[in-house]
Parts: sequence; C-alpha cells; structure tokens
Amino acid sequence: MVLFLFRRLVVALLVCTAVLVFAFALTRLSGDLAISIAGPNATANDIEVVRKAYGLDRPLIEQFFDWVGRAAVGDFGQSYFYKEKVSKLIFDRVPITMTLGLVGLSIALVIALPLGVIAALNEGRLIDRAISLVALLGQALPSFWLGLMLMITLGLYLGWLPISGTGTWQHFVMPGLVLSFSAIPALMRLTRSGMIDAMSADYIRTARAKGLSRGSIILKHAARNAAMPVVSIAAVQLGFMLGGSIVIETVFALHGVGFLAWESISKNDFPTVQAVVLLLAIVYTLLTLLADLLNAVLDPRLRAS
Amino acid sequence: MTTNKIGLWLGAVIFVGIGLIALFAPLLAPQDPFQQDLTRRLLPPFWMDGHNPTYLLGTDQLGRDYFSRLIYGARISMMIGILTVIGSGVIGTAIGVVGGFYGGKVDDVVMFAITTRLSIPLILVALAIVSIVGSSTTVVVMTLGLLLWDRFAVVARVATMQVRTQDFVAAAWAAGCSHFHIVLREILPNILAPLAVVTTLEMALAILLEAALSFLGLGVPPPLPSWGLMIAEGKDYMFFSPWVITIPGVALCVLVFGINLLGDGLRDLLRTGRTT
Repeated sequence: MVLFLFRRLVVALLVCTAVLVFAFALTRLSGDLAISIAGPNATANDIEVVRKAYGLDRPLIEQFFDWVGRAAVGDFGQSYFYKEKVSKLIFDRVPITMTLGLVGLSIALVIALPLGVIAALNEGRLIDRAISLVALLGQALPSFWLGLMLMITLGLYLGWLPISGTGTWQHFVMPGLVLSFSAIPALMRLTRSGMIDAMSADYIRTARAKGLSRGSIILKHAARNAAMPVVSIAAVQLGFMLGGSIVIETVFALHGVGFLAWESISKNDFPTVQAVVLLLAIVYTLLTLLADLLNAVLDPRLRAS
Repeated sequence: MTTNKIGLWLGAVIFVGIGLIALFAPLLAPQDPFQQDLTRRLLPPFWMDGHNPTYLLGTDQLGRDYFSRLIYGARISMMIGILTVIGSGVIGTAIGVVGGFYGGKVDDVVMFAITTRLSIPLILVALAIVSIVGSSTTVVVMTLGLLLWDRFAVVARVATMQVRTQDFVAAAWAAGCSHFHIVLREILPNILAPLAVVTTLEMALAILLEAALSFLGLGVPPPLPSWGLMIAEGKDYMFFSPWVITIPGVALCVLVFGINLLGDGLRDLLRTGRTT
C-alpha cells in the first residue's frame, strides 16, 4: 500500500514537472514573445523596451527557473492585460468554475447512473439499445451549439432560465447541463458494464438463493460494486470538465477561470495563460491521484498489485 | 445483431455521403459560397415564409448562400478530421507499439508520456497554440494532430502486449527477424482492427474541436465556411433568425453522430468476431 502510494506520488510529481516545462515552452512558441506583447504597431525600439521590461532579454533557462521558483510559492507574476497579480485574478474566479464543474458532474451522475443501471438490467433488449443510441447522439452534440440552442429554447421561448451571467443558482443550470453532456456517455457505459459484471457474480446468485428481493439485490449488492469504477472515473471526468468549461463559460459569459483563460489567450496575456494551463494540469493530476486512492481504499485487491 | 449492423451501415452511409459532398462541393453548390450580397441578408430557408427559391437554406448576415456554404463547410470538417487522425494516429501508434513491444523501462516512459498528455487541458492548449502561432487550417490540423494521440497510444500499447506473446511472433524471433521487421510485419497488421475504432472516435473529436476552436475565433479563419465559424457568425442573429445556428449545428451533429455510429458498429463487429 505504501509502495503503491509512493509510486503514484512520484509519477504525479514528474507529470507536474513535465507540465511546467510544457506550459513555459507553450508561450515561447511564437519565437519572440516581445514582438507579440508589443503588438502589431510597435517600432523596433518599443520591442526592445518591452523585452527589457519583462526580462525577456535574459537566457531562456534563467527565465524558466525564475518562473518556476516564483510559481512554487504561488506567484505567477503580473498580468500584462489586467495589470493585476495573476494569482489573484485566478483565485477570484475559481468559485465560479468549481460551482459549474460540480453542478455539471452532479447532473451527469443523476442522469448517467440510473440510465446505466436500466440499460444493464435490460441488456441486449430494445431499451438498452435505445439508451446507448441516445448516449451516442449526446456525444455528437457540440457543447457550444447545445448551449446556444438551450438559450434560444429554455431561455428565450420558454423563459424558464436566465440566458447568461452568474447572479443566481438558476444561472448555473443551463451551463451545468451542457457541461454534463460531455461526461454522461462515459459514466453511463461504465455503470452499465459494471452492473452487468456485478449481476453475473457469484454473490448475486447467493443473494438470489437467499430469497432477497430484486430491488434489494440491485441496490445493496450489485450497484455498490458497480459504483466503484464510476467513482474514480467521476473524479477524472471532473478534471476534463474543468478544462472543457472554457467553451461553456465563454458561451454563457460566466466569468470563471475558463473565461479568464480565453480572454488572456486572445489578449496575448502570457503569464495568465501559463498559470491557467499549469493549474488545470495540477488539478487534473490531483483528481486522478484521488481517484486511484479511492479505488485502493474501496478495493483491497488493487493495493496488492 | 441486426440492429448493430443497421447502425454500422447508417454510420457508413452518413460518413461516405458527407465525404462525397465534400469531394464534389464545387459541382453541388448552387452558388459561390463567398459571394456577398447585402441586399439579400438573412433570408429564411425553404420551410419558412418569405424564402427565396434561389437560396434553398436562405442566406447569412452578409447575404451569402447558406446552402453553398454548408456544402463547402463539409470539406473543412472532413479534411480536418482525416488529416488530424493521420497525424495523431501515426504518433500515437508509434508510441504505443514501442511501449507495448519493449516493456520495462521503455514502457514506463511511454506511460509517463500518456499520463502527461492527459493532464494537459486539451481545448485550452489548442486555443493557446493556434493563437500564438496564428490561425489557419494547417495550424489547426497540426495542433490537433500533435494533441490527440493519447487514445491511439493507449490502445496500440495494450494490443501490442497481447500480440507480442503469440506464437507467430515467437516464430519470427526464432527466424532471426529484426525488431523493425517484427513490428511492421507481425504486430502492426494484428492491431489494426482496434486502432480503426479509435480512428473513428478521434476523427469525431477532431471535428468537434475544430468547430469549437473556430467558434471561439481561433480556428479556421473567415471567410472560410467552417460549420463552427458559421455558428459563431450567426450567434448575434440567433434570437431573431435561429436557423442561422440551427442549420450548421445539425450538420455537425449528423456528421459526428455518423462517425460515432460507424465506430460503435466496428467495435461490436470486432467483439463478435473475436468470440466466434
């Protein structure tokens, strides 16, 4: 168990180091950062001034270690565009993105788990096929388009939900629903296959032989075992959702981390872009670590291997 | 069994159909998709009142024929989908086969590369790269190709591990074949089937990502008729003329749904093929 934990931690640390290098290299892709910052109308002199001011005249290695050293203590520098500390910019927007992610995950679970169980209990029958077809169709919906269509139907025609903004909890329903769509097919398939495996296991036969009711067998015995992989995938899906929220936050004008990322990308605000890429990668890595730990705690067999 | 076959065929028909539309776009489009006419802006499609029979699906905010733009848009989605999976397929398969074939330390490095790639936020990084390098169809294809190799690598790695232990590979070893020969002649042909399924999934993903990038203004540049870009351009008019976003959105859904059906059908075909 300790060895398993240690191995996972080492890998997570290595991944974070690799992402550090990646996030730094990403913003240097343009060749000369000073030209990009100075803008299209800058003179050669302006560019030199920018280069000096942002410390871009130093060797790349020095710039990298300087950035890493500061990032390690939570200082991501000053935003070029907002003229504010990047760490504060991000910190202020985390609650909105987290709310959106958690609402999205909750909706996804509420829809995916029952559908997965129903599909599994009717394996091979028409209803099973219908459910997987719906999931496949859901997967084909572009999230930004689904968002706009919901705005037109639920927002404009029916007037049930506000179209954009973050004022009340109702504002999170539509974006949460759109975000949940990306996770539903994976969660549903996993629940379905987990349930099918569980229902054919020996302990289910024993439970049946004992004369337990069908409902009790499904809920207490099969669903509990089928839920294990779903829990871990849900954590990973939350990581994907936080990354994917950039599109949805832009569509619904939710001023979260994703919206900040999109704005900073279009404004060539590189310190902010770097920081968001790094933070999202770290959050994802932590979530997968959490998922593995949960699995290890729930399933003693995994600890041994 | 039969319903699966229906899905597979329906998916194939949609994919090949849209592929043919893309290929013969210049012959099929009734108008020039770039020709603007500000006197005929936002004409409604044929099922609505006040439509003009010359413009089957109406016109956009610049008076361009929507039907012709939709047809040319198929070219962009198809081209990006196919070129991306060629790039990411080669990269991912190479990485996965090497990891699965050699195992041990090499495989650790491969697993590490896959884990790192998965931790990188996909859309955000794609947006950043396109923004920094400059938006063009080539840049979008290169970016997506360099990012979407993870699932190819995962599947190729596991499939290679299974094939590696088989007798015909042992025979090739015994015959003194080189590593390169064994990978190319013995391993690759036997892992193509699962990779074909991944190809469909990744193509669908690439098409959706291109649409999202173009929608956010950092994908295919205007005036190209990318379906994602058409939705972005129509967004300001969607409350009064909803069809400007409905039409390209439905086209996108149909294409991606078709490709996913094809992939699902292929997977079922493989599964039944293996058990019998």
